Amino acid sequence: MEEVKMQEAKYEDFKIENPMKEFARKFLKKKSAVVSLGFIFFLVILAIFQPAPYDIDETDYDNILSEPNSEHLFGTDEYGRDVLSRIITGTRLSLSVAVTAVTIGAFLGSILGIIAGYYGGLLESLIMRFCDILFSFPGLLLAIGIVAIIGPGLTNVVIAISIYGIPTFTRVIRSSTLSIKELLYIEASRSIGVSDTRLLVKHIFPGTLPALIVTYTMRMGTAIISAASLSFLGFGASPTNPDWGAMLSTGRDYIGVAPHMLLYPGLMIFFTVLAFNLLGDGLRDTLDPKLD
Amino acid sequence: MKQYVLKRLLNIIPIMIVVSIIIFMFIHLIPGDPARIIAGQKATLEEIEIMREQLGLNDPYIVQYKNFMLGILTGDWGNSLKTGLPVWEVIIPRMKPTLILAIFSIVWSVIAGISIGVISAINRGKLIDYIVMVGASSGISLPLFWLGLMLMQIFSVKLGWFPTTGIDSLSSYVLPSITLGAGITAMIARYTRSSMIEILKENYIRTSRAKGLSEFIVINKHALRNSLVDVITIVGLQFGFLLAGSVLVETVFAIPGLGRLLIDSILFRDYTVVQTVLLIFTFQFIIINLIVDVLYGVANPKIRYQ
Repeated sequence: MEEVKMQEAKYEDFKIENPMKEFARKFLKKKSAVVSLGFIFFLVILAIFQPAPYDIDETDYDNILSEPNSEHLFGTDEYGRDVLSRIITGTRLSLSVAVTAVTIGAFLGSILGIIAGYYGGLLESLIMRFCDILFSFPGLLLAIGIVAIIGPGLTNVVIAISIYGIPTFTRVIRSSTLSIKELLYIEASRSIGVSDTRLLVKHIFPGTLPALIVTYTMRMGTAIISAASLSFLGFGASPTNPDWGAMLSTGRDYIGVAPHMLLYPGLMIFFTVLAFNLLGDGLRDTLDPKLD
Repeated sequence: MKQYVLKRLLNIIPIMIVVSIIIFMFIHLIPGDPARIIAGQKATLEEIEIMREQLGLNDPYIVQYKNFMLGILTGDWGNSLKTGLPVWEVIIPRMKPTLILAIFSIVWSVIAGISIGVISAINRGKLIDYIVMVGASSGISLPLFWLGLMLMQIFSVKLGWFPTTGIDSLSSYVLPSITLGAGITAMIARYTRSSMIEILKENYIRTSRAKGLSEFIVINKHALRNSLVDVITIVGLQFGFLLAGSVLVETVFAIPGLGRLLIDSILFRDYTVVQTVLLIFTFQFIIINLIVDVLYGVANPKIRYQ
């Protein structure tokens, strides 16, 4: 006969962990997310300090389109400008375009989402129909359409990508609000007479934060690709700007002679987007497993 | 079922109307006087006035909208502002390349995506699963146009296997459709995998195995069939990606399709063409989503009664 062992319940099994600690413990287990976060920190440092070996406008006409070598690690472009320096300097531009666009989209989208989820009724229907309409422009086409109306340029690209992001945030925050407002503590707050505004700002909004953070991270990847795509199509940054997408747009003309002009800026976009996506995956698993 | 389809149909009609109003307003939303923009910088006041009359810009908006929609529905899409040709003459020849590209891409990515997802799910936790998941995450993060440029660099410029640009033969579509389908393949693989993993935990799978069915039949006949229900939705949603992606891929490979036409028309300020192409893209997208919804309802009766 097998011996049945009773396991003693330990104090540790019932201890409630500090939520921040619990989050850190779970998050540190996701290796890909931790590495991604490290890479994003690295990018932020590049963006702030811009440790470029050459000036981005420094032309070297003796070394036009030269392949990667010890002097120019990533080679030079059609004016003999250092590709590595332009990529490093471009980090600031590419990241700030994405951050600005996603933040505006997140701000407006969250307000709409929280209002729709909390008040319901006609207001909700109106807001959700508005989202349906934005969603019926497939993918990047909404951004392209907006740029077509307001004209090309970096500021307009930011506006277009912001609007493109609004419906995503609205949907996520709405569904998050819907589930939170049924919780007991909301009912309790309401029963002691907490005003709607206070309830929304102080009690419901913090509850939507996990969903907001995950969506924000995921949208960063989308925004970087969108901005690069718009620049590539000729609607965004001008070729004089050290923008990753604009560099690819120029590089296309030299595909046969200088493939390094395409390889490195593209790899930079790819790794950046991958880092945001993997970080988003990791955050989703740790913050809110229910989110998809 | 009839009721469900009807409900869905009624749902999209107001959306289509609003979308068409937005696209109609397009020409009025551009900063500046549309008649002046269209007539060109050197136009005299008289010419601008004639242009305004021609375009019907003096009519009330509601009349203009009515004429615009009547035109769209009866096939009179106006004239291209750049070439003066009827818009449909500009658009029709552009449809074929985009259609071929879209069909090639969706077919290969559905086949590849589902197969990869299934292989990954039944080998869960093994090296092959790990490789697939890394590949799928990368596939979603790749800038589409950059992938196209890289493929072109390697297979056309260096190896010379495929033509770099244009659409001389069907082989011209190989690289563009690989490019356009890559992200969708990654998406489909991811969803097929997670859906298969859930389904393989179900009791009826254990039952089928217990009664001695071969693993092949368990996977393909019992598990995969059920996970396809979820996969349909993803495929449908990816169509949007496909349409927007065609704009980029056609630009990279210089394919004279609808997507490239849209970009060229925006750059040339050929607004009548822009309006029509946008309308085609959005309506197509709305209708595909409707079809997906209906198919989903057919496959999953639970949805119908919500």
